[in-house]
Amino acid sequence: MLREIRPAIVLLLLLTAVTGLAYPLAITAIAGAIFPSQAQGSLIEKDGKVIGSALIGQEFKEDKYFHGRLSATVAPDPNDSSKTVPAPYNAANSGGSNLGPTSKALNDRIKEDVEKLKAENPSQPVPIDLVTTSGSGLDPDISPDAALFQVPRVAKARNLREAQVREIVEANTKGRFVGVLGEPRVNVLALNLALDAAAK
Amino acid sequence: MTAIGWFQIILFCAVIVALVKPLGWYMTRVFNGEATFLSPVLRPVERGFYWISGVDEGREQHWLTYTVSMLLFHVGGFLIIYGVMRLQAVLPFNPAEQAAVAQDLSFNTAVSFLTNTNWQNYGGESTLSYLVQMVGLTHQNFLSAATGIVLAVALIRGFARASMRTIGNFWVDVTRCTLYILLPICIVYSLFLVSQGMPQTLGPYVDATTLEGAKQTIAVGPVASQVAIKMLGTNGGGFFNANAAHPFENPTALSNFVQMLSIFVIGAALTNVFGRMVGNQRQGWAILAVMGVLFIAGVSICYWSEANGTTALQALGLTGGNMEGKEVRFGIVASSLFAVITTAASCGAVNAMHDSFTALGGMIPLINMQLGEIIVGGVGAGLYGMLLFVVLAIFVAGLMVGRTPEYVGKKIEAREVKMAMLAILVLPLMYLGWTAVAVVFPPAVASMANAGPHGFTEVLYAYTSSTGNNGSAFAGLTGNTFFYNLTLASAMFVGRFFMIIPAMAIAGSLAQKKSVPPSAGTFPTTGGLFVGLVVGVILIIGGLTFFPALALGPIVEHLAMNANTLF
Repeated sequence: MLREIRPAIVLLLLLTAVTGLAYPLAITAIAGAIFPSQAQGSLIEKDGKVIGSALIGQEFKEDKYFHGRLSATVAPDPNDSSKTVPAPYNAANSGGSNLGPTSKALNDRIKEDVEKLKAENPSQPVPIDLVTTSGSGLDPDISPDAALFQVPRVAKARNLREAQVREIVEANTKGRFVGVLGEPRVNVLALNLALDAAAK
Repeated sequence: MTAIGWFQIILFCAVIVALVKPLGWYMTRVFNGEATFLSPVLRPVERGFYWISGVDEGREQHWLTYTVSMLLFHVGGFLIIYGVMRLQAVLPFNPAEQAAVAQDLSFNTAVSFLTNTNWQNYGGESTLSYLVQMVGLTHQNFLSAATGIVLAVALIRGFARASMRTIGNFWVDVTRCTLYILLPICIVYSLFLVSQGMPQTLGPYVDATTLEGAKQTIAVGPVASQVAIKMLGTNGGGFFNANAAHPFENPTALSNFVQMLSIFVIGAALTNVFGRMVGNQRQGWAILAVMGVLFIAGVSICYWSEANGTTALQALGLTGGNMEGKEVRFGIVASSLFAVITTAASCGAVNAMHDSFTALGGMIPLINMQLGEIIVGGVGAGLYGMLLFVVLAIFVAGLMVGRTPEYVGKKIEAREVKMAMLAILVLPLMYLGWTAVAVVFPPAVASMANAGPHGFTEVLYAYTSSTGNNGSAFAGLTGNTFFYNLTLASAMFVGRFFMIIPAMAIAGSLAQKKSVPPSAGTFPTTGGLFVGLVVGVILIIGGLTFFPALALGPIVEHLAMNANTLF
């Protein structure tokens, strides 16, 4: 048995060096060379400043922007570090609500949001993804239905015709991968950037 | 449920079945020590490793030596992870200036990665430095995966060999597995993931100013290199807290599909390695068929339940299923499929929050883990877990006809059956035992995030997941407390090693036996009758063990949900 001790130490160190250092560092170098934008986090810059990542959702509250999904992410409470406070779209601490199907808190929240949205647009059924939190709290997408649902509000806030806004939504709607995988979706940040660009 | 949803499920199964044979062929060559197309490059490296570490390639080990080597290897691995976590504040690659990780959390995380569980009591981006992610976690992802695979191969050798005292050399197997199988696939795979949008950088977190003028700090890091092995090695520990639900850890529907494939592919191919090594590939296909039956049943129930949503949602006129805790780019079907795959294998990565699944939708992952993660299973662990059930099924069949049972030419006798029973019984002892303790211990009860039966399910899920070395969670439970850090670690430890050691004992005892040629009285183990028998034994043992616990959790919650009772 004693002769197994040397490989246990030496082989472990060798394999650690290969898989824990050489491999990730080599991939970092190669990825940085072939896919520089993705490797950095698909960042979007405007006027030389980073305004976000194409893959990470951000919070929109103003009427003139399309809103993303609800986010359950939190941040440490500035007054008491042992507690947390809600901080939607906190991209340094991802997470979901973790509320179960029979949770009163969850069902009350959904009920309240459904009523708010019904008041905003009584003509369409409320899309489920607008009243539920995403798994990561950073979902960059909404369903095409959820985007179309918000068209009247956005058009009114921007003094645009609804048809015009709807066109921009459709131009930013992505289908399933090769028609099969995933779900159709609209990237909220891309959509809002397109709206701002159209306004100019 | 939609036609395109079912098509995604069928497509997944078809691709896995298509990959089983070629990968099984390649892996068999690697473990038989034969040359492969990578040998011209890797063989010199491999020989160099043996030379430096004093390993004699030609010397094989008895099962006890093999097991002790594995344990020694793990002690070293534990020290490395624990050390870098405690010292991360003074070590390099720490741009976010994370402080040293607490003792109990470091202990829990070290055990967790060592045992291939990857339970996340840590929050990746908010707790760990890049060095810990690479040297601690990425490296251990490789080694715990390699260990699982080689143990399964050692057990296969036990079945395949006759009248031999040895079952291979642990050091050679681990080195070859890492160099020839895991590393080459991961290099290609991680570059693919970067192309889909997964970050791979050592730079600091990015500060952005959003369109509405708010500040957003975006966590990045060397994500792709870790996620590749996290999936391929069925480890599942996330780079980020939200794991594969995080858009950086799973950017597109395509990355999601490939991640699901990579969870299953090695485990599925090992059934083919088994068939090849025992000299009849149909033996491997029969085992894969058992896994397939249980898998399809689980996926169907989970998808149906999630697509239906809850009674409360339907009452509000909301259609489109239960989207709480799910991401739009995956939707209902890819989230349900992922949940079943990750718990059928012992991966534990999640692309949706299992805690927010419907009662029955969340019960399927729980059952998958309680059955011992034998549906494809963790790399290696799934196969040896399944072979334990096969031993039992064969024993039961033997009892029915009053004949000494045989499997692939080996007589299954008292010692094998005792060892199999030990491994199978120790799992429920851990997850039922600790759950019972936790629900009567007030500080442990305080960790539950949901009231009513769902809170109970959170605790049961936590111990089931850690005993099964899965690592997925009903994540509402606050697991990072002294009580849970220690008890969950003990469940992970017992769940891993009290499964491995009996399995290795069986390997050693089988390898010594003579091979019995099949006769007219031999029970054929390649047909539908055998598949049905094994499925039956699994469900009976499973059902008897954990049905009462499920009745207190998800089943009662489902009834409450239908009666519109909220907690």
